Amino acid sequence: MLTVRDLRVTFPTDRGEFVAVRDVSFSLGRERLGIVGESGSGKSTTGRAIMGLLPPAARVQAAELSLGKTDLRGLAPRDYRHLRGKRMAMVLQDPRYALNPSISVGRQIAETHRMHLHSTRKAARLAALEMLEAVQIRDPQRVYDLYPHEVSGGMGQRAMIAMMLIADPEILIADEPTSALDVTVQLQILTILDDLVRSRGMGLILISHNLHLVASFCDRVLVMYAGRVVENCPARELSEARHPYTRGLLAALPSLTHRRAELPQLRRDPAWLTDEVAGT
Amino acid sequence: MIQLESLTVSYGSGAVRIDAARDVSIRVAEGEAFGLVGESGSGKSTVLRAIAGLIPEASGRIALAGETLGPKRTRALRKLVQMVFQDPYGSLHPEQTVDQILAEPVAIHRLGNADRRVAQALTEVGLGTEHRFRFPHQLSGGQRQRVAIARALILEPRILLLDEPTSALDVSVQAEILNLLTRLRRDHGLTMLMVSHDLAVIAHLCDQLAVMRGGEIVERTTADRLAVGETEHPYTAELLRSNEGFKRG
Repeated sequence: MLTVRDLRVTFPTDRGEFVAVRDVSFSLGRERLGIVGESGSGKSTTGRAIMGLLPPAARVQAAELSLGKTDLRGLAPRDYRHLRGKRMAMVLQDPRYALNPSISVGRQIAETHRMHLHSTRKAARLAALEMLEAVQIRDPQRVYDLYPHEVSGGMGQRAMIAMMLIADPEILIADEPTSALDVTVQLQILTILDDLVRSRGMGLILISHNLHLVASFCDRVLVMYAGRVVENCPARELSEARHPYTRGLLAALPSLTHRRAELPQLRRDPAWLTDEVAGT
Repeated sequence: MIQLESLTVSYGSGAVRIDAARDVSIRVAEGEAFGLVGESGSGKSTVLRAIAGLIPEASGRIALAGETLGPKRTRALRKLVQMVFQDPYGSLHPEQTVDQILAEPVAIHRLGNADRRVAQALTEVGLGTEHRFRFPHQLSGGQRQRVAIARALILEPRILLLDEPTSALDVSVQAEILNLLTRLRRDHGLTMLMVSHDLAVIAHLCDQLAVMRGGEIVERTTADRLAVGETEHPYTAELLRSNEGFKRG
């Protein structure tokens, strides 16, 4: 569904160009793809580049960047707007910032439906209520009229997912969708996301810093470091990762079952910036 | 070293009364590291803040180094216990250099020798003289957290309160900070009380821990018991499961 080949994103700075993403290639089918990396690795920038959500100053280049038959390169902002929500959607980390604070949760979801499916007010309302039920909100009628500040983080994120999925997009990019939530709520949200994405036959990109989460949730994992993909492997094989960066990250995680007096610290090798990618 | 008896912190009264912490009792021996784990709103940070003297309304008994604390604290008591906060971006003054940030507590407590103390504190946390005259925005997240730890250490406290000290940091930086805390505890015989939502981080540093929920301690356990998956309260079991990642039903 989504093909990315040699994606490169640069930002102009006072000291010349800063390359945030370099030579990133992958394709996404009806599967769950995880992108992991630390802050500044370019994982979010990759997601935003696909969604056409980078600031105008950013320069996006790619040998190929397409969703189905649509070439996303150089797409006019207007065309991108029609695409977003309808064919590709994005869930962000914190629903408190991603939702409009002055419009009720339900109306925001209904609005997405009206805009992309040109439905009537009534049909949109019904669809929004149905969608709220699909994300397992017990009392959709009541929640429909609540404002974003009146709902909990977990419920806000469910509403966000409802809004993103209502127009039935082909792919969903979730950028740290559960990092702002409590650990026990995280798994509920991921279960909802997983069920919906599977039943609708969508492609999902999960962007996260949490290696365990990505390895346990996704089918395939890309590990990014300094703007490059350094590892590309099936999720269940992440524990046998080959790249020293991936291995270093895994080792640096404190473990409940395997307590160590000292955690191995990551030694960054300048060669990681130029080496060939493991597993591709 | 730290003794809490029936610590209760409540806000409001009557129908709108909320107990942020209810009847919390813990004991931490000298040189020990004790962990409080829980989710947002569980009261874990409230307990820490009450010990630090940031919540004057707390009821119950708080004793540090054998001395029961009253509403007013002497300078010596304040020097005894220092705190490191979660967000190294928010807890350092943006317009002060590292040098100023570290020299201020020395001046307040009239310890003297500021120059030597600042240099020593920086070395202690693995920072060099090149960082001394920088502003917080010129440092990475991990370096900032090291400055925050140096600021706490410079008063030579015996108790360190840690409020999610690594949750704003990347995994590789978290490992560095956890190693630093392990070393400081060993070298200085510091007593530590750490709060986190991350069970694995708590169990890494602390042998003894308590699980909090809704302002109360629901289970007291040890890192060893968690390692073999032993839990008493269903909530602890749930936290333990969450720690293992996603499972497809």
